[in-house]
Amino acid sequence: MPETVPEAATAAATLSPLHDEHVALGANLTEFGGWLMPLRYTSDLAEHKAVRGAAGLFDLSHMGGISVTGPDAGAFLDHALIGNLSGLAVMRARYTMICAPDGGVLDDLIVYHVAPGEYFVVANAANAATVLVALLERAAGFDAQVRDVSANQALIAVQGPRAEEILREVLTEDAEISGGTALDDLRYYACLGMRFGDETVLVGRTGYTGEDGFEVWVDVPHAVALWRALLAAGEPYGLVPAGLSARDSLRLEAGMPLYGHELDTTTTPFEAGLGRVVRLDKTSEDGTPVDFVGREALAARKDSAPARVLVGLRGTGRRPARAGYPVVRPGADGAPGPQVGTVTSGAPSPTLGSPVAMAYVTPEVSAEGTELAVDVRGRAEPFVVVALPFYRRG
Amino acid sequence: MADFPANLRYSVEHEWIDDASPATVGVTSVAADALGDVVYLELPEVGATIEAGTVVGEIESTKSVSELYSPVSGTVVEVNTAAVDDPAVVNADPFGAGWLFKVEVSAEGQLLSAEEYAQHTA
Repeated sequence: MPETVPEAATAAATLSPLHDEHVALGANLTEFGGWLMPLRYTSDLAEHKAVRGAAGLFDLSHMGGISVTGPDAGAFLDHALIGNLSGLAVMRARYTMICAPDGGVLDDLIVYHVAPGEYFVVANAANAATVLVALLERAAGFDAQVRDVSANQALIAVQGPRAEEILREVLTEDAEISGGTALDDLRYYACLGMRFGDETVLVGRTGYTGEDGFEVWVDVPHAVALWRALLAAGEPYGLVPAGLSARDSLRLEAGMPLYGHELDTTTTPFEAGLGRVVRLDKTSEDGTPVDFVGREALAARKDSAPARVLVGLRGTGRRPARAGYPVVRPGADGAPGPQVGTVTSGAPSPTLGSPVAMAYVTPEVSAEGTELAVDVRGRAEPFVVVALPFYRRG
Repeated sequence: MADFPANLRYSVEHEWIDDASPATVGVTSVAADALGDVVYLELPEVGATIEAGTVVGEIESTKSVSELYSPVSGTVVEVNTAAVDDPAVVNADPFGAGWLFKVEVSAEGQLLSAEEYAQHTA
């Protein structure tokens, strides 16, 4: 099985500020979005289950961080992105996207409004450069500064039901930097400043696992100390370091899209079931409609029936479907019938105990309960259309 | 350098085989570690005639699918149904309870000693 041996790092791969920590922990490393990141430390399943049952510690330093500041920062982001960012309250975060003029998705983003006139845009690693270039281009005519701060900051996530308790062991509240918000009161998709020793870190109650959890932005010189402190403090709670493999199976169970799988430049937010993030109704302060990049194309698509629909599929057999496999109608004698779609992400679900997948299918087979099959290397494996997400925390 | 059982021989595709007759075949700890958690096994059928160096099955982990090669030619006489039912045993005990199939050997492919295999995977 030569293809199973981990690929050696290419010279071009960027190393996380926490790279030496991962090596010391025995991580199996993989290239992802131009970075060499942990795929797993011990077992994908054990790391996945730790996040569902206790907590996992993730290094997400490969994510791109872009600072947008200036008097027009909000108005600029309203023009550049499909969401309504000028309407986002300070210390809140929002899931949004940056689209091409034709409505195709360039990237999905989380934007934090960290202070009046100051936003922080989080992009996927592989798209960070695309997003930066597009924002710089779209900033023309606005009094707003766009700066890539990816190299200055590390991102560490603590995800799982014990995450808040663990965070409390390591970070302290400071009314001055948090604006008076306590960690207890921090809502989902809100953020606040906290102290790690003498340093200020930005804590968002966001995540990509379907669990309660936090993502912590820390200046690179303090990243190793924060990582070690969280690992040590979390151990009695059952926290383990978790890699990209567990992150992928967790986000799939939670029905969250991954760029390059469910989203790409040929896909509009509507097909992906994310029409709610397209804010055609956003207006500037004086009430005039905001013309944002992609608006015209998206407005035209809004009411037309999509040619394909993103659905959840749950397997009734044991073999998982993988990205790129054809979704077919069940044929006679277990043979694959005509193709009706394509799997975008698929894996065995550790929580459900059966294979799960997301797939784009034609609308006539998209209803819940429709019995379909996935062509798994020539054999039709039975799958049924189910509602997303596959997993919702209780 | 990892230690591998000295009484076994190894293929460059990370299978192991013992000296018994019929011989037992499995995948090494190197393969098991690289695959991640094994969730599905497709093994050759009992009675099948297999050839050294050809694909005889599949090993599917949480993240990937890999082909299983046979290190020898011969006739399959038994498959590990316990491992098919609970593939995690391949990760837990690749050189023991995680064995995959038994084969009446007619010819061998290229096989390495434990020491040579250790050098190959170093």
